[in-house]
Amino acid sequence: MKLKAVHEHCSGCGTCRLACAIENFREVNPARALLRVQGRFPAPGDYRIHLCDQCGECSDNCPEDAIHFEDGAFMVDRGACTGCGICIEVCPYGVMFEQKQSNVPLKCVLCGECARACPRGAIILVAEQNSEVA
Amino acid sequence: MLAGYAGTILRIDLSSGILHKEPLYETLTENFVGGRGFVAKILYDEMPPGIEPEAPENIFIVATGPLTGHFLPASGKTHFGTKSPATGGYADSNLGGHFGPALKYAGYDVLVLKGKANEPGYIFIEDDTVEIRPAAKYWSKGAITAEKMLKEDLGDEFQILTIGPAGEKQVRFACISHDFGRQAGRTGVGLVLGSKNIKAIAVKGTGSLPVFDIEKAYAKGMAAYQKVMAKPGFKGWTPQGTAGLTNWANEVGVFPTRNFQTSYAEHHQDINGKAILDRLKITDKGCFCCPTPCGKYGHTKTPRGEAYVEGPEYETIALFGGNCVLRTIEEVAYANYLCDELGLDTISAGVVIAWAIECYQRGILTKDDIGREIDFSDLDTVIYLLNKIADRQGIGDILAEGVKTASERIGRGSDHFAIHVKGLEWSGYECRNAPSMMLAYMTADVGAHHNRAWVLGHDLAGSWTSVHDLIVSGGEAEKQPKGVVTDKCAAYVIESQNVRPVFDALGTCRLQMMELGFEVENYAELFYFITGMKKSWQDLLEISERIWQLTRAFSVREIPGFDRRYDFPPPRLYKDPIQNGPSQGYFLSEQDIHNLLTWYYTARGWDQNGIPTKETLIRAGLPEVAEDFEARGFF
Repeated sequence: MKLKAVHEHCSGCGTCRLACAIENFREVNPARALLRVQGRFPAPGDYRIHLCDQCGECSDNCPEDAIHFEDGAFMVDRGACTGCGICIEVCPYGVMFEQKQSNVPLKCVLCGECARACPRGAIILVAEQNSEVA
Repeated sequence: MLAGYAGTILRIDLSSGILHKEPLYETLTENFVGGRGFVAKILYDEMPPGIEPEAPENIFIVATGPLTGHFLPASGKTHFGTKSPATGGYADSNLGGHFGPALKYAGYDVLVLKGKANEPGYIFIEDDTVEIRPAAKYWSKGAITAEKMLKEDLGDEFQILTIGPAGEKQVRFACISHDFGRQAGRTGVGLVLGSKNIKAIAVKGTGSLPVFDIEKAYAKGMAAYQKVMAKPGFKGWTPQGTAGLTNWANEVGVFPTRNFQTSYAEHHQDINGKAILDRLKITDKGCFCCPTPCGKYGHTKTPRGEAYVEGPEYETIALFGGNCVLRTIEEVAYANYLCDELGLDTISAGVVIAWAIECYQRGILTKDDIGREIDFSDLDTVIYLLNKIADRQGIGDILAEGVKTASERIGRGSDHFAIHVKGLEWSGYECRNAPSMMLAYMTADVGAHHNRAWVLGHDLAGSWTSVHDLIVSGGEAEKQPKGVVTDKCAAYVIESQNVRPVFDALGTCRLQMMELGFEVENYAELFYFITGMKKSWQDLLEISERIWQLTRAFSVREIPGFDRRYDFPPPRLYKDPIQNGPSQGYFLSEQDIHNLLTWYYTARGWDQNGIPTKETLIRAGLPEVAEDFEARGFF
């Protein structure tokens, strides 16, 4: 499974980000969310969801081999990570996050809470083989 | 620390630049909850009596509620309070979007501004950092343009409030804008920011809110989304939002047209919710954590220009498409855009412009007075007058005072059709066939605004008690019976007036309850899991009544000679029958108006001048106000 964004369904409410922060950190604090929602206003007047589709660029470029694929998601090995930040730079979606509460970069662990919480069907979990559709 | 709240009141004296952060205190949260409750209490206690709304001594409050920013449907409300530029009495106005949650994540439940900055500035808040920064480059820019510039300068993660040129130029119906299309539109709150030389407030918050029981709060919040989305009205309400009311309002004859001379628009199919979906809409645009986004963001093209714009919402459709008779949704949306950019409330602007057009048609205003010919159904008229108003040029300088003051200055009987109560222009519902709704407008604490109580369902069909039922029923094509003038009207109004402040105090949107029927008990439970404070819905209603009594007391204190005349509608609405449409011929008599007020005052515990009695103030938990009133000789 992996996450897929259906941008045209997004209304920018940010429910996904708050659910992410609560599920992963037990914090009512969207600044801790591991996905972004971008409102493009006044023009063109729409939303773009930036989330991790587990593409593996972070892992491929990690000089310490500290990001491993486990149970369907790339996970940061806190012991091996040196915090060099290369993964943040290479992430094509801007969803490797540097947060003051953590000394290693943080990323989506594919818990699926954003998809469960989204009231718009704008973030969905799709099977790997269907992920290229649309 | 108080769970649910951020825990701090931020005070800024703009004259001296001195900042002060003080802990939120428990007597305030216990007795007034938040949002509108905080606004009412702080205004009454801290506003020096008798000062002008535009004076530096006026205070400007931004207040969130305990549920603002938490995980539940539509928890994004922010309230603004001040002495009203529209009425001289109590004012609040609120908006959705994302500002209030961001303010709380930065650590502040409430922001209180007083004084006046020496030069144009904006308030910068990033967690603990609070600064007043120069705003010369943003000053005189449109509200949307200024927001875009600030986002580019500060970063997209900042949530921003702006005023437009109308706020800078002290127009009495200047609004506050946010999120490229959300406004705190009513009561002229934008004037007060402008009078303080404040162009914008930008906030970024990265902190966490404390929660009493996060596991239960999160589970309850998640269940609340499911319940809201399972309501029968969910799929009916969301696609068109408030614009979905347009057809119904015409079918039952409550759609104000031609400055409330008529109550039906022949062209309503060209300015309704479906027209927005077919011809304008790009995306749904939701407020913080909202599953039912009213906002329809789109693009409009007219022969006079094109624009990206959020809306139009029902009210803008009613006041520009109905009251000013703009013929297409594209024209209504363009007027909407101009108001947004200039920083004008679309409701008041639509009333003021329609009044000016009627004055011109009756020869009360001339081409020389105005600078050109003006007419209904003419986008050029609307564009011309909006720009004149925002710039306070020529006739615009008088119109910028609002319809009450403008009619007093122009005279010649024009007050007969100046459609307002207490100085706030009437929003988008005709009421000569609807006595309960008429009473709701008359007694609304901020002036003639529908959001204090919406009781048309009681007037137009006894069994209809929610907008959802009305939408599902589709209205009636045949003539509705006129609503019955009875003492029950007062009970309907008071019930609605007591329910709504609870949502405004909690910091959530009321639409999930009002439009979809999401049960009120859910809010009491969420309130407990988030704050740890045990209050039943009935307890919250008692606080709500306290807020209502307090805002009334503020207006009694601030408006010299306050009596029942201030609760009267304009003469047109009780002397002239409706001229066309499904409610043709209907009107309420002056005696009906007096009867409605008498029943209402009695039920509220007010004397027959509409002033709360000592016993009422004490019963409502406001002994300090009773003492103040005694000292001022109000009893």
